[in-house]
Amino acid sequence: MADTVRTINSTISKQIRYHQAMKNHFGSILSVLFSLHTVPVLTLMVFLLPVLAGLTSTVLPAFGYLPVIGQISINTNAWGQLFAHPALPSALITSLSSGILATILSLIVSLSFVAAWQGTASFRKARRILAPILAIPHSALAIGLAFLIAPSGWIVRVFSPWATGWERPPDIAIIHDEWGISLVLGLMIKETPYLLLMILAALDQSQAKQRLKLAKTLGYHPIAAWVKGILPVIYKQIRLPIYAVLAFSLSVVDIALILGPTTPPTLSILVLRWFNDPDLNYRTIAAAGALLQLFVVICVIVTWWITEKAISRLSKRWLINGRRTFLEQPVRQVSKFSLNSIFLLFFGSLLVILLWSFTRRWRYPDFLPSVWSIQSWDRNIHNLLWSSSSTLIIGLISSFVAVVLVVVCLENEKRRGKTAGSGALWLVYLPLMIPQVSFLFGVQILTIKAGIDASWLAIIWSHLLFVLPYVFLSLTDPYRQHDDRYIKVALSMGISPARAFWRIRLPMLLRPLLFAFSIGFAVSVAQYLPTLFVGGGRFSTLTTEAVNLSASGNRRIIAVYALLQALLPLLCFIAALTLPNIVFRNRRALKEH
Amino acid sequence: MGIKQTFTSAILFTGLALNLATPQSVIAQDQTTANQDWSKIETKAQGQTVYWNAWGGSELINEYIAWVGKRVWDDNKITLKHVKVTDTADVVSRVLAEKTAGKDAEGSVDLVWINGENFASMKKNGLLFGPFSENLPNYPLVDIENKATTTMDFTIPVDGLEAPWGMAKFNFIYDSARVDQTPNSSAELLTWAKNNSGRFTYPSPPDYLGSTFLKQVLVESVDDHKILRQAVTDEAEFKKTTAALWDYLDQLHPALWRDGKQFPVSSSAQQQLLDDGEVDIHLSFNPGAASSLIKSGELAPSVRTFVFDKGTIGNTHFIAIPYNSSSKEAAMIVANFLMSPEAQARKQDPEYWGDDTVLSIAKLSAEDQKIFSAIELGVATLPPQDLGPTLLEPHPSWMERIEKEWLTRYGQ
Repeated sequence: MADTVRTINSTISKQIRYHQAMKNHFGSILSVLFSLHTVPVLTLMVFLLPVLAGLTSTVLPAFGYLPVIGQISINTNAWGQLFAHPALPSALITSLSSGILATILSLIVSLSFVAAWQGTASFRKARRILAPILAIPHSALAIGLAFLIAPSGWIVRVFSPWATGWERPPDIAIIHDEWGISLVLGLMIKETPYLLLMILAALDQSQAKQRLKLAKTLGYHPIAAWVKGILPVIYKQIRLPIYAVLAFSLSVVDIALILGPTTPPTLSILVLRWFNDPDLNYRTIAAAGALLQLFVVICVIVTWWITEKAISRLSKRWLINGRRTFLEQPVRQVSKFSLNSIFLLFFGSLLVILLWSFTRRWRYPDFLPSVWSIQSWDRNIHNLLWSSSSTLIIGLISSFVAVVLVVVCLENEKRRGKTAGSGALWLVYLPLMIPQVSFLFGVQILTIKAGIDASWLAIIWSHLLFVLPYVFLSLTDPYRQHDDRYIKVALSMGISPARAFWRIRLPMLLRPLLFAFSIGFAVSVAQYLPTLFVGGGRFSTLTTEAVNLSASGNRRIIAVYALLQALLPLLCFIAALTLPNIVFRNRRALKEH
Repeated sequence: MGIKQTFTSAILFTGLALNLATPQSVIAQDQTTANQDWSKIETKAQGQTVYWNAWGGSELINEYIAWVGKRVWDDNKITLKHVKVTDTADVVSRVLAEKTAGKDAEGSVDLVWINGENFASMKKNGLLFGPFSENLPNYPLVDIENKATTTMDFTIPVDGLEAPWGMAKFNFIYDSARVDQTPNSSAELLTWAKNNSGRFTYPSPPDYLGSTFLKQVLVESVDDHKILRQAVTDEAEFKKTTAALWDYLDQLHPALWRDGKQFPVSSSAQQQLLDDGEVDIHLSFNPGAASSLIKSGELAPSVRTFVFDKGTIGNTHFIAIPYNSSSKEAAMIVANFLMSPEAQARKQDPEYWGDDTVLSIAKLSAEDQKIFSAIELGVATLPPQDLGPTLLEPHPSWMERIEKEWLTRYGQ
């Protein structure tokens, strides 16, 4: 039914557009359409090229072709060495188990929280905390968390030695545990808020309130109403974000380095290690490992997709069995408890970082630093200002370009009345699924060949590779769901498509646009390897400085950089949240509800 | 005809063999740059910019490098930019990418802080400029006679492709408030660990300090050090030579922090463990590090260092110039300045860094000698005469095999 309406709508809109085009501005509209038409192709070109270059530079060495080190024969030696590597089996298992577990748990927590608490005061409170969590870079958060939960960490210090009797930190493995539990925890703190936000965005566009009301009038309890009445509808919209989370968890590097198991580490870290091995012969094994990782990610996503289908089929009868309750009390309690714990760990980590940045001496079992100091801020102020400005420039430009490209692609899609080309746009997600380190070598060679290495252009372009997928991810649904009838009304009043776009579509979508921009900015701020590889080491951003100094293991300095790393995206998010309210102060329906 | 053919192929074969041994085709072309008159080099260097890729993990070292930048600007109008890196392998990787892309000039790296495996790799793959270091005016001051590692980098001949910059010597940092009697050999360390269960560990290889700890135990357990100077030849020899090492580790691990089931990911992680009180002994490659760390507040004032009587592993760290640098003259000036008594003395001072000099004090002028003797080494630094003999690094192939074997035995 809905499909029929959509087809009719799109036919009408096509006709309107046709008449418009025939009537006036024939030339200019044509040129707009033409340029809109070319941008998706351009976007793809901008991406396909490095993606292909990156892939080639991974695939060829994996099969033994790496002329610079004198290997020019095609063989499978690297694969043999890879599979014979003693650390591979357990690395693969921990990667898989921690990645999948983190995704499932984050999904369950976020879904059940929304199901249980939608429309309540605690729900609105939780919603406000989400953006800051997303803004904090993973590595900063992981460092804070590690200190919080370590055997010599803050939580133990609260109770030691008076309650525990531990004069010295207990010799137990909490972080870097072999099961990857702390890694899963670290991932969950970032992923639950992200999924929550994506669910919220989906809810806004699927008449969730009305559905919920209807189910409740039919006597369904809140959770049963949500799980049976809303979840099946919105799942389609949060599917891509879930896959992104899955891919991310399976290939994460920074959190895994700080919290993950060590003997052996996860697959992504093994690959990184091989790539960084001074013995260049390891390059071929690293390349094979990177391909294996890509393969693992694809397999897991496909398996997830199959499970999805199976669950949806198997649950059909259950959905309509008429039972009005579904684990109401347990879900309410457990979901609130888990989300609150996540928030608590998050704020604890943040606070502990703040304290460390003003610390000179802070030993176990002191609850607070014994000697305070501002030396960490003072000594780095020059560097901080310098790297903050380049972080800002790169982040603002790359996320702006990303938003423009994505909007043009989506607008083109809207006007042509089909989601054509979006099949190819899938390629945009590739950079998220291939281990960065394997992929960037090819990108680096490409920029050198193009003669643009170590330039602003190259560095913004390389950031765009990772910024664009996230902007695309967060903007696609709001954009596709935007009600076309507004535009049609405008067109029928004789307004040009371009004017309708500028005066109606963009203002109405201001909120998601700004939000996507902030996500893009946060992603750009967190980029380390692209800045390093493509920037030729000549650009220092807050993140490159932070990673460099974190090698010293000096928590004071790490804390200073982590805080600033968090501050910039946070400001961006705050601006994105408040700006629409100022712009729309006279537009009641567009204000935040 | 037949003879001629054989002759030709013999030449070809020799050529190939030579090529394999030293694929340094770039060396020959660039000899002119390296052999120029020093005054000519100085003139050309003016106004050049040097991108120096150096580990950026220490505030003190970063500040020292910034000072070098100021000095070479004042003296030679050279702009020095410190490109901070986490891992020198990234730099090798970048130069390699440039070579792959055919960018044989105007490379992005002009100077790199390097040694060991990374040097071996760059040398083997023809990524270095030179030989140049022996032509530098300050080179004659280097103590090549007593500091053997200034000419042999992890048993690989330096061949003038890198300029010595500082000396590293394996030592232990411990908390004197918690350790009464420091061990004097690997064997004593084992006994100490057994008596103080959970208070010692080492970073998991391939962390360089973790690997060095294994090398230290290996060198102490092998009688004939000649074997270790050469590449590992066969499996049986490897097994025989390293049997004592594995036996040692099998005994040590149950007494380690986390029962030897988990290891710190890096040396800096272990430093934090020492300060958190999770372990009592930490490893270091810089005899002055402990004093510097006390000064910066990163370690407790009760921290001290110890070494083994029969010696510990030592090596030298260097700076090298990539083959495609566009500021080779300025890079050579900087390299020369870094070997000057002025720069070396400042580097030795724990106030600024605390890194041991590569120079021979005896070869310096009386004035310069005074500067060196006036340096206060700091509370936790052992005086040079107490540092014990220096044991040489084994050939890199030993480490490679040992790291792999370690992974098989303990890494899962």
